[in-house]
Amino acid sequence: MDIIKYIDKIRQDFPALKTKVFGKPLAYLDNAATTQKPQLMLDAIEDYYSAINANVHRGVHFLSESATEAYEGARQRLQQFINAKHSNECIFVRGTTEAINLVATSFGQQFVKQGDEIVLTQMEHHSNIVPWKLLCERSGAELRIIPVNNNGELELSNLDAIFSERTKIVAVTHISNSLGTINPVKEIISKAHERNIPVLIDGAQAAAHIKIDVQDLDCDFYVLSAHKCYGPMGVGLLYAKQKWLEQMPPYQGGGDMILQVTFEKITYNSLPFKFEAGTPSVADAIGWHAALDYLAHLDHKAIAQHEKVLLEYCVQRLQELPHLKFWGTAKNKAPIVSFTLDDIHPHDIGTIVNEYGVAVRTGHHCNMPLMDSFGITGTVRASFGLYNTIQEVDQLCDALQNVHKIFRR
Amino acid sequence: MDNINNLYQELIIDHGTEPRNCHVMPNSNHDAEGFNPLCGDKIHVYLLLDNDIIKDISFISKGCAISTASASIMSEILKGKTLQEAQNIFLQFQHLLTTEDPAPSGLGKLIALAGVREFPSRVKCATLAWHTFKDAAQLNKSRENHD
Repeated sequence: MDIIKYIDKIRQDFPALKTKVFGKPLAYLDNAATTQKPQLMLDAIEDYYSAINANVHRGVHFLSESATEAYEGARQRLQQFINAKHSNECIFVRGTTEAINLVATSFGQQFVKQGDEIVLTQMEHHSNIVPWKLLCERSGAELRIIPVNNNGELELSNLDAIFSERTKIVAVTHISNSLGTINPVKEIISKAHERNIPVLIDGAQAAAHIKIDVQDLDCDFYVLSAHKCYGPMGVGLLYAKQKWLEQMPPYQGGGDMILQVTFEKITYNSLPFKFEAGTPSVADAIGWHAALDYLAHLDHKAIAQHEKVLLEYCVQRLQELPHLKFWGTAKNKAPIVSFTLDDIHPHDIGTIVNEYGVAVRTGHHCNMPLMDSFGITGTVRASFGLYNTIQEVDQLCDALQNVHKIFRR
Repeated sequence: MDNINNLYQELIIDHGTEPRNCHVMPNSNHDAEGFNPLCGDKIHVYLLLDNDIIKDISFISKGCAISTASASIMSEILKGKTLQEAQNIFLQFQHLLTTEDPAPSGLGKLIALAGVREFPSRVKCATLAWHTFKDAAQLNKSRENHD
């Protein structure tokens, strides 16, 4: 399937793309922050609330059984999406951030002690730094950081010196949210496993762009959010190997995660429910299921090919602009382009192109340690999704011409 | 395009790209750092106070054209003013940025920043220098009570 042939029809499936900005067509190039939503997904959420809204895993009545079936159906769809071995290794959470906090808290409590080390990389999102830093403050453990080279790729030559017998976990992003670098996570996992160190992969950016296979990666934890792959905000997934989930204490206490409660003793529920306290975001899980079905009908390879064309065209067009510098030129890249123009602050650029209907992200992208290592405060980031077009790349580049005019350079 | 040209008018580009009083002040007796977590902008404001009179003011910053221009114009305007006068100018400036009311008189070059009112997400950029100045002069705490 060739996406470009059907692009008009595909764009019709995303109602938000029809929005006009100051009378101009919206060029939504902020997909790494969140993607727009297909009508099919919006309908699935409305249908749930209109027809089968009930609490899950509780009632014996018709609605509750229907809601439970739909919710557990979403879990099975997610299991298939990431190719997990068992559906009980798939825990619904609020998003990537909550998933990482869950692991840092629960795994940390069980396995991380004073003097231990946690390995991160220079390019992690704050959500894959702060939970680990908090764990260090609680436990007395320390962070070790894998550096990034000038192309925005991980510098892995020194991995043997970074890993040690004190390393308790490695947490690495699959795709950099600001640079687009696709990291060789399989290689990192295999190196870590030689020393029996478990690895968490932050898949927030990966889910929309590349095929995820947790069994092939052999990762111990994989975390992602629905809203960055055309699903709703408010739901995400923690995949964890069963052996870890069995050893980890619960993260939150509440309904659904228990078998039996007395004031003397609590018996926990089986997996995955042990880690899902309280009423989950049922409608959002069902919406995510619908979004994944929508993606599947478009074909994964076709999306990747279309996004590659957009990425290459965008890089080519941006090169025409004087004084433009790219940040992140890795060989293996997702459709995310980060750049600076002269010494003009990214926020000024973002405000100016917004007047031409172009939505880009500007600033540090929750990557302050990475920006510090480059000696910059931020970049302009254009990030593409399956519905973007060549014309939108042109709209961005034409809008950028006006930045120079305004700054009279 | 009117809004954008109004925001980035000549005076703003001038002060934003070639800021005045933009240096460390070794003999300052008050200083403070300000930070805008939204965009990562940083500013350091230095003051030389003689009782309540601002004898000298300077700053160093890493920020957008709006925040740099605002800091530069602020430093020009506040030199020689009393802290009470500075406080009054800030209140008028804040009013200028956050309401649709006609611009108050006596703001001088600060009027050039009026275009920011059409861009609510950028108001923080324009006021960062001023909040940092108030921190440096401790107008946010004890002085306010004494004045």
